[in-house]
Amino acid sequence: MKAASMNAHPSLVIGEPIEIRDAAAEPDAMVRFEGISKTYPAYRGKPGVNALEGIDFAIARGSITGVIGRSGAGKSSLVRLINGLEKPTTGRVVVDGRDISALTGRDLRLAQRSIGMIFQHFNLLSSRTAADNIALPLEIAGWSKADIRARVTELLELVGIADKHDRYPSELSGGQKQRVGIARALATRPDVLLSDEATSALDPQTTRAILDLLANINRELGVTIVLITHEMSVVRQLAKEVVVLDAGHVVESGHVADIFTHPKHPITQSFLAEVTGDSLPVSLVSRIVQEPGSHAVIRVQVRGAGAGDTLIARLARELGLDVSLLSARIDEIGGQPVGSLVLGIPGGDSAATRTLAWLSQYQFPAERLGYVA
Amino acid sequence: MSPELINLIIQATFESLYMVGIAALLGTGFGLPLGVFLATSRKGELFAAPTVNRVLGIVVNATRSTPFIILVVAIIPFTRLVAGTSIGSTAAIVPLTIAAAPFIARLVEAAIREVDGGLIETASSFGASPIQIVFKVLVPEALPGLLLALTLAVVSLLGYSAMVGAVGGGGLGDLGIRYGYQRFMPEMMLAVVVVLIALVQLVQSAGDYLARRVNRRLRHR
Repeated sequence: MKAASMNAHPSLVIGEPIEIRDAAAEPDAMVRFEGISKTYPAYRGKPGVNALEGIDFAIARGSITGVIGRSGAGKSSLVRLINGLEKPTTGRVVVDGRDISALTGRDLRLAQRSIGMIFQHFNLLSSRTAADNIALPLEIAGWSKADIRARVTELLELVGIADKHDRYPSELSGGQKQRVGIARALATRPDVLLSDEATSALDPQTTRAILDLLANINRELGVTIVLITHEMSVVRQLAKEVVVLDAGHVVESGHVADIFTHPKHPITQSFLAEVTGDSLPVSLVSRIVQEPGSHAVIRVQVRGAGAGDTLIARLARELGLDVSLLSARIDEIGGQPVGSLVLGIPGGDSAATRTLAWLSQYQFPAERLGYVA
Repeated sequence: MSPELINLIIQATFESLYMVGIAALLGTGFGLPLGVFLATSRKGELFAAPTVNRVLGIVVNATRSTPFIILVVAIIPFTRLVAGTSIGSTAAIVPLTIAAAPFIARLVEAAIREVDGGLIETASSFGASPIQIVFKVLVPEALPGLLLALTLAVVSLLGYSAMVGAVGGGGLGDLGIRYGYQRFMPEMMLAVVVVLIALVQLVQSAGDYLARRVNRRLRHR
């Protein structure tokens, strides 16, 4: 059962978790949304859309915050408010103490240099080599040629593709392209890095490598990272804080471990189900019947610290039952085990009832699914 | 074929190259910025000016739908104003440029619109100004398409240049009509056609080669 938690890369443990607190009570927030709404007006026969409503939260300096939601939940709009690519309809977005939503023209462009962004489809210029792509924001910021050359070399090393200096994007793999994208986003030494589904076009192995790189960047450079994603696995691997968006509203926010060990909103629960596998294996489902059989089937939810470790052993010892393990899926979210165990309890109804009582005494949510012969 | 005739062909070839070359340069000078503006000035775009965009679009379409031979004659007063004369190769450059610019503008517009909109957003995200986006993103990314557009424009101009004989513009087309057609010299006609075919081939091959060289999208290890 510990095996799952062993998978976590050591670099994923990033400093002390930093809380997302109330917007007003958090003076040292890197990004603060204050009473944000965003409405797209009706256009060419399409009705207007309320993309975001009543958004009030803060992202702490140096944190890694995941913004998770289904497509159309408003994630893209939210992240684009941070770097001023979009303007809120009401409210303001304060980045590093500056109201970015009030800036325009040259002031906005200067502010944007301290906010990097990476994209799902990398958005590299096909006409420029890896090095020249990374140089682009520096050219735009008016750096000297010598300074650019030195900085680009440094960045290529930081993202681990020093040998790809003169390669064009068409000669690079997806993971290498995203490394170029990350280097480019960090070129002007931004305080905030925005990630717009940056790993959604990559395979799982490359995704893990890119997320590790982002974790390193956060730890070594202290860059605040805001990830938007529809993938629970991304939040699980990288984020310490999470904001769950649904239909333009923040439905839950806080520490990843707290939110996902005690999910309240159905959307949060559905994201959680993706990693904890609340659905049972098909072979087991076909064996479960409602008439009493030799074993009662009980599913136990495992949520949070120290939960699962000795559960089966204690259950077997304290109740004197030969508990069998029918199915189990435990994963780690924010350093906490989360998942479920499906147990077979012999000894008829009374044993099953005693087991449920024992579990509820130790605060394990459990339910009887039926029986197996 | 007599040396005099061969000299005529050589002279006409240089006249054609002169007219087409200068008109292509000037046409690009006007057409490229116009095309970039047309591609970036609709609602919500970099230089959003929807009304100006629409008006320019109508002017471009009107110029392009006027038959070239009519354009040549219709703008004679303007040609005289600009070139000091309405006769000869130099004067012919005026209508050729006016025909080429809107044509090039539409081709440039199409090439620029081919550039992935995500790149504009990306450049904006790190604080690029609209002008920087044009010169550092749009034009370099559209370069293969722009070179092919220019090639197409030069080839079309070679065809148009045959018509400026009507105002004494000279060149290969004029030679073909006056000697080959009006004086019944089929060998002259053939020679003119062969030179024109060779020129078009040369221009097209050069354009294709350059466009391929700058296209990094299809390069592989």
